[in-house]
Amino acid sequence: MDFKTISFVILAIILAPLAGGLLAGIDRRLTAWFQGRFGPPILQPFYDVIKLLGKEPQVVNYWQIFCVHIYLIASILCVALFAMQADLLMIFFVMTIGAVFMVVGALAVPSPYSQLGAQRELIQMLTYEPLLIIVFVGIYFVTDSFKIADILAYDRPIFLALPLLYLVLTFALTIKLRKSPFDISASHHAHQELVRGVLTEYSGPYLAILEIAHWYDIVLILAICSLFWSTSWIGLVILLAVTYMAEIIIDNVTPRMTWKWMLTYVWAVGISLSFFNMALLYAKSF
Amino acid sequence: MGFFQDLLHTSRVKSPWLIHFDCGSCNGCDIEVLACLTPVYDVERFGILNIGNPKHADILVVSGTVNPRNAKALKNIYDQMPDPKAVIAIGACGTSGGVFREAYNVLGGVDKVIPVDVYVPGCPSKPEAIIDGVVLALEKLKKRRPEKDTEPLVADLKKAREFYENREDRQVTR
Repeated sequence: MDFKTISFVILAIILAPLAGGLLAGIDRRLTAWFQGRFGPPILQPFYDVIKLLGKEPQVVNYWQIFCVHIYLIASILCVALFAMQADLLMIFFVMTIGAVFMVVGALAVPSPYSQLGAQRELIQMLTYEPLLIIVFVGIYFVTDSFKIADILAYDRPIFLALPLLYLVLTFALTIKLRKSPFDISASHHAHQELVRGVLTEYSGPYLAILEIAHWYDIVLILAICSLFWSTSWIGLVILLAVTYMAEIIIDNVTPRMTWKWMLTYVWAVGISLSFFNMALLYAKSF
Repeated sequence: MGFFQDLLHTSRVKSPWLIHFDCGSCNGCDIEVLACLTPVYDVERFGILNIGNPKHADILVVSGTVNPRNAKALKNIYDQMPDPKAVIAIGACGTSGGVFREAYNVLGGVDKVIPVDVYVPGCPSKPEAIIDGVVLALEKLKKRRPEKDTEPLVADLKKAREFYENREDRQVTR
């Protein structure tokens, strides 16, 4: 590994949570603006996390502490692997390990809210993971490689070849961001229904660690989105801005749905969109 | 350490998460608490969030009188909140028992069960008064440290396990 890669990795690990937190702050501000409110300061997510870090650590059992740290390490490792321009499939598996450990931590506690939230989180993972794999396979069909270095070396934007698969990726992004209509496991907007679902039993500093890991995850998924227009900086920024803006608008205009609806809708629409996109790809090559 | 302490104190003041517990109120005060979240008052601009989970909350907002039945629930919610925490009693009933203070089933105000930091009078309290009460509570919360835990975590966990095993004895309704 040369010096350039190492500095890239260190920069990514430092900048990713800052970017994720800022993005969350802008998100809250815009949401407030859509609802006719003034909204919190942009730095609000950082205040929240620092406050949580200063609270008394309170756990039900040791598993929670262990799982939270594994989740954080897996998320950091994903971002580091991305900065190293490693294999997309490798990143996917490491990300899955982190997500599974968060669920295990929630399942280790007898609280019914935590248990129910954990089951729903598993269903969410079941929903978005096949789609992510399909997206990666689509990228492979275009660029002949799972390696990010080779994908970045491809001379045309992949978005032009895989527009429908990009839509499929935004489904995964919406689920991973815990946004409505797929906000069923952590119930960010409906505290009366499930308390905080999978996050219910994590408190104080452990909740802060989960939040930081979540920022890393968001940055990772946005980085995967950015692969779709990696040829020019302007195209990349416009693509990401439009995607995130669409996410916020969808979050504000849709109600929360049930897991059955999520599973059937996302799989039906996602898999058929990917099928059409693959067909398009083959029609072009002949 | 000064810088980090200041940062922590600022963050604490800028991000108070409330949990609201209705201790047998007539819903007058509860509606006023919820009114704080509407675009007119918009408490989120101060970072105040209404949280449904005592384990995430910093400030416990209680409305209504306390009776022997819900005293257990109130104490339970208070104990679940991690330090540092503050308690606000809302309305005439929450502060003193109000017109019900001499009823046979009423213990009195919230301070009969848990320590209260701020009393917000009114029947019902105005949203402005409630926001003012939160600001006062933050002044108290700011410098408060989590209590030094002399017991090791293992003993805590053992206690938690016993607490879980005795859950049926603590049930309010059987």
